[in-house]
Amino acid sequence: MNRRNFLRSSAAAAGGLLIGCYLPERRRLSADTAAASNKLNAWVLVGNDDTVTLYIHKAEMGQGTVTSLSMLLAEELECDWSKIRTEFPGVDRAYGGFQGVVGSQSIRSSYNSLRQAGASAREMLVEAAAQKWGVDKSACRAEKSTVVNTASGARLTYGSLAEAAAKLPAPANVALKDPSQFKIVGKSMKRLDTPGKVDGSTTFGIDVRLPNMLYAVVERCPVFGGTVASFDDTKAKATPGVKSVVKISNGVAVIADSTWAAMEGRRKLVVQWDEGKVAAFSTPGITQAFADAVAQGGAPPARTVGDAAAALAGAAKKLDAVYQTPYLAHAPMEPLNCTAWVRPDGVEVWVSTQMQSGAQQIAAQKSGLPAQKVQIHTEYMGGGFGRRGGVDYIGEAVEVAKSAGVPVKVTWSREDDMRHDTYRPASYCRFAGGVDAEGWPVAWTASIACPSFAGANTSTEGVRDMAYTVPNFSVDYHNVDPGIPVSYWRSVGYSQNTFFAESFLDEMAHAGGKDPVEVRRRFLAKNPRLLATLELAAEKAGWGKPLPAGWGRGVSVVNNIGSNTVQIAEVSVAKGKVKVHRVVCAVDCGAVVNPAGVAQQIASGIAFGLSAALKGGVTIKNGRVEQGNFDRYDVVRIDEMPNVEVHIVPSQAASGGIGEASTPGIAPAVCNAIFAATGKRIRQLPIRPEDLA
Amino acid sequence: MAAVNFTLNGHPQTVDAVPAMPLLWVLRDTLGMTGTKFGCGMSLCGACTVHIDGQPQRSCVTPISAVAGKKVTTIEGLSPDRSHPIQMAWIEEDVPQCGYCQSGQIMTAAALLSKTSNPTDADIDEAMRNNICRCGTYEDIRRALHRAAELKRAGGAR
Repeated sequence: MNRRNFLRSSAAAAGGLLIGCYLPERRRLSADTAAASNKLNAWVLVGNDDTVTLYIHKAEMGQGTVTSLSMLLAEELECDWSKIRTEFPGVDRAYGGFQGVVGSQSIRSSYNSLRQAGASAREMLVEAAAQKWGVDKSACRAEKSTVVNTASGARLTYGSLAEAAAKLPAPANVALKDPSQFKIVGKSMKRLDTPGKVDGSTTFGIDVRLPNMLYAVVERCPVFGGTVASFDDTKAKATPGVKSVVKISNGVAVIADSTWAAMEGRRKLVVQWDEGKVAAFSTPGITQAFADAVAQGGAPPARTVGDAAAALAGAAKKLDAVYQTPYLAHAPMEPLNCTAWVRPDGVEVWVSTQMQSGAQQIAAQKSGLPAQKVQIHTEYMGGGFGRRGGVDYIGEAVEVAKSAGVPVKVTWSREDDMRHDTYRPASYCRFAGGVDAEGWPVAWTASIACPSFAGANTSTEGVRDMAYTVPNFSVDYHNVDPGIPVSYWRSVGYSQNTFFAESFLDEMAHAGGKDPVEVRRRFLAKNPRLLATLELAAEKAGWGKPLPAGWGRGVSVVNNIGSNTVQIAEVSVAKGKVKVHRVVCAVDCGAVVNPAGVAQQIASGIAFGLSAALKGGVTIKNGRVEQGNFDRYDVVRIDEMPNVEVHIVPSQAASGGIGEASTPGIAPAVCNAIFAATGKRIRQLPIRPEDLA
Repeated sequence: MAAVNFTLNGHPQTVDAVPAMPLLWVLRDTLGMTGTKFGCGMSLCGACTVHIDGQPQRSCVTPISAVAGKKVTTIEGLSPDRSHPIQMAWIEEDVPQCGYCQSGQIMTAAALLSKTSNPTDADIDEAMRNNICRCGTYEDIRRALHRAAELKRAGGAR
């Protein structure tokens, strides 16, 4: 029995006092004041025992941020990689005023600042050694968690220098390494968070346990925006283990001594709802409203190039098409949850979140306490995909915990998670295109209708900002919002608009009798990086080489989050089913920190986008989500995962993002491949068997 | 409430619980063993997979009364030190991303390896297709499972 299990069984035997032992190690370390005095800056603490603790001010949802940010720090710190441990710090102005992981920004926003932090800490350790030896700093060099006296060959470990170094002022203007000197950055490094994820010891938000903690679930109105009219909690309160039932602003919470007891109590609640106006909406009506808005026209243009109407009128060949995508749930494997402890003097929140700063603000707002009285404990996320960028579930937990006086963990069931999500908006796009007498596209118009949470920007990205230099182009946008909550979903507007645009470009290529790669080449001639990415993908995929009967290849080009990706999918279609065999993805994301992490994220984004292309769809009936669990909201399984080949374009340009790079391009690459294989054009996701028959 | 006796990770365990309470919640809330994850509550995703008498089972739909007298193994009990071939291979191949589904993936994979020492891709598809991963680590899982089979052969039966 290992130490962890030993602690668990002895605590269980003690009954009730299960706690303390389960708190992640990082919190025990924080309590170690001797070690805390060795903090060299907001990111670096060196223990007397030579361990280096790196404070990762972002959050980890699988995207590899703990590892990649550690690499940036360690590169300049010159510390022993094998002695690194990491912690998530609280919300602190020292981290720049915003803490969160959205928009694939972590590397981009940290590439220089964390190298600076690592270099600054290293210089303090070197200075401490120089003072100890009474030599000039220039005679000292840092390597592998030691400082070497280059004259005498003497060495001092970082641990022995840490206390003295922490008392020194942080140096100004520390020179950073030239990338050619990198030992860690740019090399494929193993993830630091793997060991705890293979033995069950990593603590996700849902795993938090605290002294005297209670467990809660919330019954929310099945219709978005509905409110509690009245409720009868007699039977719920009589359920074994149920402690109390409380009304909160969006529903009724059942608080109990276990999650199961709370769920059982909730089943016996009787709630009458005021359903509100969203109850009038169902998917067919929503789709019709999109179509009506587009047919009516008159939306303000989001981007105009040349004169698309005139070019269309003069085109040798014209085509029209309507594309549609559904609402989508995020469905992270860890259902939403949040643990809050509201005391008169402060609030503590333990939560797997992509938005620590926002978590602090909502907890302050809901508790009525100032933000500085709110402590956020960032936990590992069992997936986020944008859902955990929202803070609704955090505010709700604070509301529930207010009445309890003890810590309360609010856990969402899978059905809660799926039916009270903030969805990827459903969308509708009508294209018109024209090709000239030689078969090249000359005119392209798009009219998009969908609900938005951030205006035309996120609703048209992927169409509006395509890299192609089509001579005459226009896109307009109609905001049609039935009131279903919508928000960020991995790759945001690109998740639908890239499917629309890359599919329709394929339609125009075929209409003009052109090769789809050739058309893209033509319109990327002035974008050498994207063109090179396209050429690399085409070469690696064997574009143009023969395939078996019933197979096809499809291409897509994406420029989002500061990165370029080109995907070429190989599919076969038989008996109304598509099988995606292979996806070649070339990516230029600028300077790469962890190539292994890039490859993981490309495959991950493809799996996510492929689930949406093949299976995903949230439908609304009378203001309610019809799906509730993985039986009706299916996702890609191991036997459906294609072989993904990732080819990174070497680059020292500024780093782009990677977490959302490959999600948009997989649906159009697959659908274009289906066209190549069968002549059938997919204009609506998810792909239905009847579309392939 | 009723007392249920079973063997948990090789040790005798008694819990006092409502007989219908799923093993998942007994493990997580009553015993504080949070390595076994809640994902769907309906035996649809595999995140809660444990071994009951050596067979992979979904703890979210297994009432505690059903494990009386049985041997339950959770991710915490698979090995004392991450030395099970599946865990070693998972580390070698750096399989987890968010990691939330991986306890269930690993328990399902370990059960496959215990009965099929050299699983084919088709064996892996069949055994693993009901374990969902939203991060899409499937190719890494497949590679790691093949690697685990090699490690097991090299290290003798386990």
